Amino acid sequence: MTEEINIIINDKPYKVDAGLTIMQAADQCGYHIPRLCYHPDLSIEGACRVCIVQVEGMQNYVASCAYPIAEGMKIYTNTAEIRRARRDIVELLLDNHPQDCHTCDRDGNCELQRLAYAMGIRKRHFEGERKHYELDISSPSVVRNPDKCILCGRCVRMCSERQGINALTQAFRGFETVVMPAYDMPFAESVCTTCGQCINVCPTAAFLEHNYTDELFEKLNDPDVITIAQVAPSVRAAIGEAFGLPAGQNMESQIPGALRKLGFDYVFDTQFAADLTIMEEASEFLERVQNGGKLPMITSCSSAWMKCMEQFYPDLIENVSTCKSPMSMGSAMVKSYFAEKIDVDHKNIFSVAVMCCTAKKYEAARPELQINGGPATDIVVTTREAAWMIKSAGLDFLNMPAEEFDAPLGLSSGAGTIFGVTGGVMEAAIRTAYELCTGETLIDIEVSAIRGFDGVKEGKLELDGNEIRVAVAHGLGNAHKLLDIVRKEPGKYHFVEIMGCPGGCIGGGGQPYAAANSIPLDEECLKARAEALYNNDRKNTIRRSHENPEVQRLYREYLQRPLSEKAHELLHTHYKPVEPKGVIYDTLKT
Amino acid sequence: MIGTEDKKIEQLTSFIKSVADKPHPDSYLIAVLHKAQELYGYLPREIMDVISEQMNIPTANIWGAATFYHYFNLNPPGRYTISICLGTACYVKGANDVLNAIKNHLEIDLGQTTEDGLFSLQPARCLGACGLAPVIMIEDKIHGDLTPKSVVELLEQYRKREK
Repeated sequence: MTEEINIIINDKPYKVDAGLTIMQAADQCGYHIPRLCYHPDLSIEGACRVCIVQVEGMQNYVASCAYPIAEGMKIYTNTAEIRRARRDIVELLLDNHPQDCHTCDRDGNCELQRLAYAMGIRKRHFEGERKHYELDISSPSVVRNPDKCILCGRCVRMCSERQGINALTQAFRGFETVVMPAYDMPFAESVCTTCGQCINVCPTAAFLEHNYTDELFEKLNDPDVITIAQVAPSVRAAIGEAFGLPAGQNMESQIPGALRKLGFDYVFDTQFAADLTIMEEASEFLERVQNGGKLPMITSCSSAWMKCMEQFYPDLIENVSTCKSPMSMGSAMVKSYFAEKIDVDHKNIFSVAVMCCTAKKYEAARPELQINGGPATDIVVTTREAAWMIKSAGLDFLNMPAEEFDAPLGLSSGAGTIFGVTGGVMEAAIRTAYELCTGETLIDIEVSAIRGFDGVKEGKLELDGNEIRVAVAHGLGNAHKLLDIVRKEPGKYHFVEIMGCPGGCIGGGGQPYAAANSIPLDEECLKARAEALYNNDRKNTIRRSHENPEVQRLYREYLQRPLSEKAHELLHTHYKPVEPKGVIYDTLKT
Repeated sequence: MIGTEDKKIEQLTSFIKSVADKPHPDSYLIAVLHKAQELYGYLPREIMDVISEQMNIPTANIWGAATFYHYFNLNPPGRYTISICLGTACYVKGANDVLNAIKNHLEIDLGQTTEDGLFSLQPARCLGACGLAPVIMIEDKIHGDLTPKSVVELLEQYRKREK
């Protein structure tokens, strides 16, 4: 049992666990000390000084995020003096920040803006020198705008500590400090995996997704173009948050209607493509097991993981499944199978993916994924962008009448739904691989060992008399830990799932910003989103990908069978090592 | 382009190897960067890549350290490095005017190198020659009692010498 100690906050006595910081203790006692550079999942930076408090007996103000409590400590969080000091600190941050809130992408969603309001800053006292840097729009996924950066360092810590990529640093010093990739190189040429977690944790608009919504609105208004959308599983579990709903509301029935009202001619479901992915991936896995192929097989759905793998793990390229991601499979089917079905030239089709992901924008631009000489996916919009488009078009999303996705690429199984949660691809693959291999139906289909939010999860199952060992990691930092094991003990696992973002796609870099009373990537929020998808799976009458009648029809009419020549041509891809090579560096080692 | 197979690389590599077994080898990054600058005169990007790979430190972290410390040059230095004293004595005797004259004449700022690669300009604190203020140092020679006019003449002498 943890020892309890007595502290006094604002003249009121409290008993709290020893070993907490002042900020943690105050949180427990109901005092939310303002903060900026602090994030509970990241190391303590103590850079912004917004969280200062007064402690009796101490001459200086104390950064509450970094200072531990002690028996009898008297803490003041809200005196006139500390309020003034805190307000001055935020004012100084604002003095080196553009005064363009009303034209900013984060207007209404900005932590700095909220903080300035809460501090009671109603006018600006100083007009000083202000930094100015070029906007970096080189990456198809992430835009870097140093002018908006307040140097809290959350992105740098996210990228190094949680993702293990180390694409960012705080370069130069003092007033000239800038968050940038090594050598100040364009983002697109750096080791950035485009996962977008820097966007998720950025309090301002210093990082944003590369926005293509103007071009999309143009296409939607062009009568000569057939616009087709597909929607990723995790979008439905999170988009409600952008409209003020609590996390975990499944908006599956509102989305098709909203997208049709935006002008899309067809609205398909990426979950259908996920079922298709499972058909190919489970078959590929069984083929590798039965014919002595390269094991462990590693999943290939996460585009940030793809780029990470090519830069950091070129030695594992043969282990990675050749299956395209569900998005790219879906787009490939749209521009081949479906185009033929409606007898339209695929060049007249504009294929749009609504994704929880920023890396999918990068994936869409990968040349080897082209179909018939053009991009399979023309534009990717994130959940955030889709929500903005719906608001911008004046649509009442929350009261949208329930509608269904279009046939034939809109019907999906529960297995396709859970792709959005860490462990979901593995679980879906197990459901199908088991039946393809043994001919029997797997009864206990909820594989609890690989559910949940542990960084690395393991499970095993019996397949035709053989023990199959599987492992799952989410967030690239956890992926490094798991792949370290794979490199050292190549025989330990047969099948490995890697997702680039915390919690899987539900924690993607394109998901709605944290609500005003929440923090980015809050685990409770991720759990609620995951539960929304698991519920969706449970209430589906079809829960195995191979039982999806539209998938069966697609094979019957077009692809013949999994791994057929046609399937290989349209649904599989290849990888190659790329520069710059990155080094795997454990920043938390001591 | 820096050859990665040359003698200097060998020296750098053996230096990195010599610290690899010490506790916290990462903490020798600054020392390794010093070594690299001693060998190359500045920190070429290719060499920072080599250091990254050999020390297993991300290039972004190396870039952060290299840009934080003024001592490290990120560009090749000129044939002559001009150190201009901006210490108190030189300053009151007009070092700022001398500095502006150099900047205008060479069309560079502090920390930069002329396009022809002949001169680099860097600030110095005290060079210990306050009696001659204002002073500049080129290579290891002190030039004192400078005026905006005489410093330009001095630079032209160096330039002529190179032709």
